[in-house]
Amino acid sequence: MKRHLISAADLTRDDAILVLDTAEEMARVADRPIKKLPTLRGRTVVNLFFEDSTRTRISFEAAAKRLSADVINFSAKGSSVSKGESLKDTALTLEAMGADAVVIRHGSSGAPHRLATSGWIGGSVVNAGDGTHEHPTQALLDAFTMRRHLAGAKDGGPTFHRGPGDGSGRDLAGRRITIVGDILHSRVARSNVHLLNTLGAQVTLVAPPTLLPIGVDTWPCDVSYDLDAVLAKSDAVMMLRVQSERMNAAFFPTEREYSRRYGLDGGRMAALPEHAIVMHPGPMNRGMEITAEVADSERCTVVEQVANGVSIRMAVLYLLLGGNEPAIATAAPAARTEENHQS
Amino acid sequence: MAEDRSTSARPVLEAPDMARVLTRIAHEIVERAKGADDVVLLGIPTRGVFLARRLADKLADITGRKVPVGSLDITMYRDDLRLHPARALARTDIPGDGVDGRLVILVDDVLFSGRTIRAALDALNDIGRPRAVQLAVLVDRGHRELPIRADYVGKNLPTSLRETVKVHLTEEDGRDTVLLGVREGSPADE
Repeated sequence: MKRHLISAADLTRDDAILVLDTAEEMARVADRPIKKLPTLRGRTVVNLFFEDSTRTRISFEAAAKRLSADVINFSAKGSSVSKGESLKDTALTLEAMGADAVVIRHGSSGAPHRLATSGWIGGSVVNAGDGTHEHPTQALLDAFTMRRHLAGAKDGGPTFHRGPGDGSGRDLAGRRITIVGDILHSRVARSNVHLLNTLGAQVTLVAPPTLLPIGVDTWPCDVSYDLDAVLAKSDAVMMLRVQSERMNAAFFPTEREYSRRYGLDGGRMAALPEHAIVMHPGPMNRGMEITAEVADSERCTVVEQVANGVSIRMAVLYLLLGGNEPAIATAAPAARTEENHQS
Repeated sequence: MAEDRSTSARPVLEAPDMARVLTRIAHEIVERAKGADDVVLLGIPTRGVFLARRLADKLADITGRKVPVGSLDITMYRDDLRLHPARALARTDIPGDGVDGRLVILVDDVLFSGRTIRAALDALNDIGRPRAVQLAVLVDRGHRELPIRADYVGKNLPTSLRETVKVHLTEEDGRDTVLLGVREGSPADE
């Protein structure tokens, strides 16, 4: 039984749909005058952030607070970690303070797994992004956004930009999702490939060969080097940021050439099917992977994804902490993709 | 939840009785609310929602006006959350005009410990401030654990704690009936 959310690959289809459906109800709380539920009163959620992150941290913080949990924010900068404390000692400190859940963001892939399996802490561990490995709550909020737009109409079809619908109970069977950009350094891409595959969608990764991880052929998705060839067959296009801060080599000749071959501009957006949406996990680099025209269009769901993030994180915290045992029970972990790119 | 296997389950309220009981409750609501102009019906999922919709139809027949009807999920307000795994949530759907200043009538299938209604009152508190809150139930089986009573009762059913009361509705279970059975094994919450 799972007490933690480490990898999107650990979620079964039923688990994933339970999280999405729960998030659908959580989203409705945001429309009320009192946006607060008493459900996690007396529980403590620690945000343990070893890496800079604004939107993920405040998203988890807002989610925990809306469920009435106590939130402790711990960022590595200016903390005992900068004085040389190890992950283990930090974990033991948090355990002594009675943390019921630890939301961890770490620059090293596998840190949340280590925290969850070492026996250092008794609470739940939620992976909020580890290195270039996974970011499962981002994948869940992306799937939630896709479901509302691509399966949100009453008949289960796309909503054609008439606002998000309610896709409760549905999966993403048959939807074609294209993820474009820096797959190599992207934890978002990896988590999305696993989760979307679980939900029945067909994923195509588009990137220059240098920005694809080794072993991508074992991932449950297709790979293409030609963005224009797949656009017309995409229900959603997810543009990823080129993570120059993680790059220690030259992966493409110039930014201009990257932008021309793999960036999404108005012309390429016009090649998409009428109902298709444009997604971005943020932060966006306007002019690089996405033009301002596309970013500001009605098809672009960036702002909505942020709002959905709070609902998804409320759902995850509720399902992990709301009862006497987590509701997300999974059997043996599915085949995870290993990380093995050159560094 | 499914108590059907208990061999001794016997019906205590059949479909025609249920229809009559709901008609009577609707008339009582109109009488006590002096025309029911400001009534909002909120059903507690799952079966309370179907009962609320049926009551709304009957009220519309009597008064000639549409009565707002919605649902109020109480899962997140339960006092026994930590005794079970986290439960799946049901839909909360408040009619467009809200509940402020209105007469809210909560509708549920079985009134037992009263804890569900306590949770519903808490949930309602976060949604708005009704003029008054009343409670309509199909069956009151007694054994209250909180100072809560129903304003409209379909059928008072004196039971022992060993017995189970199970409401079946056409919308959810294919037929209308209330079954009284004997509990086997662990006590379940009704």
